[in-house]
Amino acid sequence: MKTLTISDVTLTFGGLNALTEVDMRFEQGLITSIIGPNGAGKTSLLNCISGFYHPSKGEIHYGDRPLTNASPHQVAKLGIARAFQNLELFRGMTVLDNLLLARHHKLNYSFLHALVHFGKASRVEAENRKVVEQVIDFMELEPYRKRNVGSLSYGIQKRVEVARALTMEPEVLLLDEPMAGMNIEEKEDMVRFIMDIQKERQTTIILVEHDLGVVMDISDNIYVLDFGELIGYGKPSEVAQNPKVIEAYIGKG
Amino acid sequence: MSYFFQLVISGIVVGSIYALSALGFVLIYKSSRVLNIAHGQIIAMGAFIVYALTVWVGIPILVSLLASMVISFFLSMSVERIFLRRLIGEPIISVIMVTIGLMSILDGIIYLTPFGSVNFSFPSVLPVTPISLGGVSISWTQLVGVIITVILIGGFSWFFKRSTLGISMRAVSDDQLAAMSIGISVPRVFGLAWAMAGLSAAAAGAIIGNITGLNFDTLRAFGIVVFPVVILGGLDSVVGAVVAGIIMGLIQQFASGYLDGQWGLNGTANVLPYIILLVILLFKPHGLFGTHEIERV
Repeated sequence: MKTLTISDVTLTFGGLNALTEVDMRFEQGLITSIIGPNGAGKTSLLNCISGFYHPSKGEIHYGDRPLTNASPHQVAKLGIARAFQNLELFRGMTVLDNLLLARHHKLNYSFLHALVHFGKASRVEAENRKVVEQVIDFMELEPYRKRNVGSLSYGIQKRVEVARALTMEPEVLLLDEPMAGMNIEEKEDMVRFIMDIQKERQTTIILVEHDLGVVMDISDNIYVLDFGELIGYGKPSEVAQNPKVIEAYIGKG
Repeated sequence: MSYFFQLVISGIVVGSIYALSALGFVLIYKSSRVLNIAHGQIIAMGAFIVYALTVWVGIPILVSLLASMVISFFLSMSVERIFLRRLIGEPIISVIMVTIGLMSILDGIIYLTPFGSVNFSFPSVLPVTPISLGGVSISWTQLVGVIITVILIGGFSWFFKRSTLGISMRAVSDDQLAAMSIGISVPRVFGLAWAMAGLSAAAAGAIIGNITGLNFDTLRAFGIVVFPVVILGGLDSVVGAVVAGIIMGLIQQFASGYLDGQWGLNGTANVLPYIILLVILLFKPHGLFGTHEIERV
């Protein structure tokens, strides 16, 4: 069992603590959500995991591999993929090219192989195309495969972003507000995709999301952050009863 | 009529050299959004290394051209590693100041060598008599220079379109965060962009040096001449650099061929490119081939 563990992580920006002594465990194959009011440190925490930030104190491990000081591309190569809150897509390229590019790190044939383009290179290339087509199928993106990403609607772009992460065949998938700004129909689609990813691929999913209804429905475990501190943890039903959580969301009665 | 064709030929010769000089500049801008003010110095250094290896060491000129390209490849890569790597994420103006500093340092180093004060010229290995075809003539040096330029530019385009590294470079220039998140090492791509820029600059320098002689100021000036070329082509377009390079070469040749001496005009070749540049930018502010980002609001 490969578990992603965050132990005693503190992240400081010039005297301001974005995260204070946070401990979390993400079990393999489960959907674990991180919730909390705006500015609670949810995205900062994801940034620590993906290597965009390095914690000022504490450690992050994936299995027995330390991630604490890894750079983003190293984290990606370990099988931890991410979909961003604000779309980060290659806007000048087609959906297909965006996804093919995400197979980049799997391209480990040499330059010479690439030059002659047969043998290993063409085998790897064929394999990559197969994976990409499967993901396109899975995320129901067929109508858009040749379209330029920049020209697609926001909801579809969000879906392409998740698809691109999936193309890397990740063991862990970080989803940063995958449903923000979507209408009900698009949200329902996204929920279905997330549950299918968990069921069919046994991917560990770390979900940051503001829609509490969705979070309560699909999460196995929930962590609650407020002002960078962990204030609650448990199954959805437990978290919903937690007085500290209710206070953080609704205020003191 | 043959006068016209003569101007076209010289325009293409000069233009293709502009294109090759601009290529390195565009490579760096495209991947890291850095304007490399020291590009002319790198062009000059490439040329001087070829001369030193050919004349002082006695290596055949083609071998020393390759050697100089390899040396410049690693030199530029180290420049990126030492000076620019730690500036990733800093304001762009600081980065540009660093390249200005780099320009002064390289100037200083070159003034310490004989190349800073003395003009050298390459021994001619090619036949001296120019090739003539129906009243149009081109020297062997120019012809070989153009051929090498075309091969190099073709190679670069292939590299960008097809190779994995080239594609990672395009990905980085499109969206850095996304590139990192799919496992591309952005610093490595920056290093490679500088290295390739160094390589193409060395080749450009050697070709210019063979045609015009080795004068530091002339060579260094190519770092400035590339500005109108890359702005015309669109700062981040390789194709744009090539097309704009040729256009610029043709404009200059036509200007000095037809306008100079008329109506008391002189030195129009130096002015006209900028006038045309201004006019084109009025209508196409992103250059002929530059990325025009449409922001959805």
